Amino acid sequence: MNTTTQPLHKDKIVAQQRALQDPTWVRWSLIAITIAFISLFICLPLGLVIYQALSKGLQAYWAALSQPDTWSAIKLTLLVAVITVPLNTLFGVIAAWAITRFEFKGKSLLTTLIDLPFSVSPVISGFIFVLLFGAEGWFGKWLMEYDIKIIFAAPGIILATLFITFPFVARQLIPLMQEMGHQEEEAALSLGASGWKTFFSVTLPNIKWALLYGVLLCNARAMGEFGAVSVVSGHIRGMTNTLPLHVEVCYNDYDAIGAFASASILAALAIVTLVLKTGLEWKQAKR
Amino acid sequence: MSILLTDISKNFGQFAALNQINLEVPEGELVALLGPSGCGKTTLLRIIAGLEHTDKGRVLINGEDKTDQTVSQRGIGFVFQHYALFRHMTVFENVAFGLRVKPRKERPSNEIIAKKVHALLDLVQLDWLHNRYPDQLSGGQRQRIALARALAVEPSVLLLDEPFGALDASVRKDLRQWLRNLHQELHVTSIFVTHDQEEAMEVASQVVVLNHGRIEQQGSPSDIYDHPANAFVSKFIGQTNIFDFDDQNNEWLQSAGLLTANQAGKIAHVRPHDIIIEKADTSNTASAILKDFQHLGALIRIELIKNNANGSNAPVFAEMPNEQFKQLKLSIGDKVKLKIRQAHWFH
Repeated sequence: MNTTTQPLHKDKIVAQQRALQDPTWVRWSLIAITIAFISLFICLPLGLVIYQALSKGLQAYWAALSQPDTWSAIKLTLLVAVITVPLNTLFGVIAAWAITRFEFKGKSLLTTLIDLPFSVSPVISGFIFVLLFGAEGWFGKWLMEYDIKIIFAAPGIILATLFITFPFVARQLIPLMQEMGHQEEEAALSLGASGWKTFFSVTLPNIKWALLYGVLLCNARAMGEFGAVSVVSGHIRGMTNTLPLHVEVCYNDYDAIGAFASASILAALAIVTLVLKTGLEWKQAKR
Repeated sequence: MSILLTDISKNFGQFAALNQINLEVPEGELVALLGPSGCGKTTLLRIIAGLEHTDKGRVLINGEDKTDQTVSQRGIGFVFQHYALFRHMTVFENVAFGLRVKPRKERPSNEIIAKKVHALLDLVQLDWLHNRYPDQLSGGQRQRIALARALAVEPSVLLLDEPFGALDASVRKDLRQWLRNLHQELHVTSIFVTHDQEEAMEVASQVVVLNHGRIEQQGSPSDIYDHPANAFVSKFIGQTNIFDFDDQNNEWLQSAGLLTANQAGKIAHVRPHDIIIEKADTSNTASAILKDFQHLGALIRIELIKNNANGSNAPVFAEMPNEQFKQLKLSIGDKVKLKIRQAHWFH
């Protein structure tokens, strides 16, 4: 904050850091273990996915990707993300606003419930939707009468993904908005700004990096979710398979190139997400 | 413009934060709401602002009932303890905010906004910082910007919530003087909340003392100091020695010059500067031992020990000018004789 005093203290801080540091061999062995672990369990599998996908050459890779089933899986995955991410962004902002700005009974219970999708096994989450909307489920008969398909169809996949990815945005925003307090908003209101104006010109700029970060994580999960989607999708090729499900189908068919090619798209998506996330964090730190 | 509060009550659950507050603030005054923490002073300020709803009672600003209006409709200026500047906007944009959010019809042109903002920044002597962001400013600078921002919308009343509470002692001292001068220049009716009696006495033209959600006393600083309405105000404003009129003290107090009539059950509050210290004579009445003294600049603060009839000790604090103390040539442990010039009596 006070840039003029920093150079004076810098030597002192460095000296303090040195005094507090562990012996050299401890430092280096901890760093080595971390690097080895990350290489073995993260970089190696990721590299292998790309290596395997390209093992029969680029042509085979493209051929695998341009199969109609793969295309339909990519399209369904994008559709699910396009619907669930904006919805959960909206719900996340609303939930974070309600929890950090209002006092009401059952608030702590609600805060705990937001985390529920994280703590429940995704398979169970998917199963809940089958119990609700499946042929034998609570609403099953009614849905059959009106010929509405939810389970083993895109709506079921979207519902399950909504459930799974709900916490990401809210979880990012709640601690930040709690820490910020609402005095800036009160100040804007006292200056005559309307509620909407206050939200868009004061609240949103303050939470935008956390919000983007939450949206990114939400998107990554929406595209990558397997467990819950697997239960509700029914694995109908070319119809209800998302990319992660398609990977499994190809793999079970001994179609290694197809499986790894599809997996490489998901991996690329993960890498893009991480790069964007790092960029956001860097930008946030700079502010 | 004047502020009139009638019968304001506010509960938080079981806790009565404010209890039937009636208060009139005449136009152009600079009023301090003074009280210990939890007395309801900030709640009262926020109710006037419209940041909090009142359970009962009305808020009138310049004769107009504002009780049911929201904070953005009331046309007040509010300054927060922790500044609440918009952190993603420059100083200039912070001050311009109130003008930019006006409805299109009332919104001034960009040139007029720029002119006005620079004029306000000149007023708070910080125009050279107009391109900075809030986190590049010191606390005192931030609070002055917050004040400029509040003044930009030409508020009918200015409300300040512990405006100096988060600042260093030396900055606080400067800003108090500065606020008082600014108020004399602008004459906008202002209320500020503080728990610091010295700050209230120094800055305000009127002081309202609050305790447990009630108004204990309202008056000019000298009124409040010289004629405290009750024991709470007397204790809260300035230092005071408290003497119970009981068997322990009766004789001692009478010999120190306080009333001779029977005052049983009453309590005397004596300001330190109303205690006169003389060299002890042989009579041994109203005596005390000099325990310690401290230099407070022009004044000397003296700590004395009074022996009660039953053998226990009680501290007594006195103050006298430096010069006078030197002439007495006292040292620690000396026996002295006390005279009490005047006291405030409470039950």
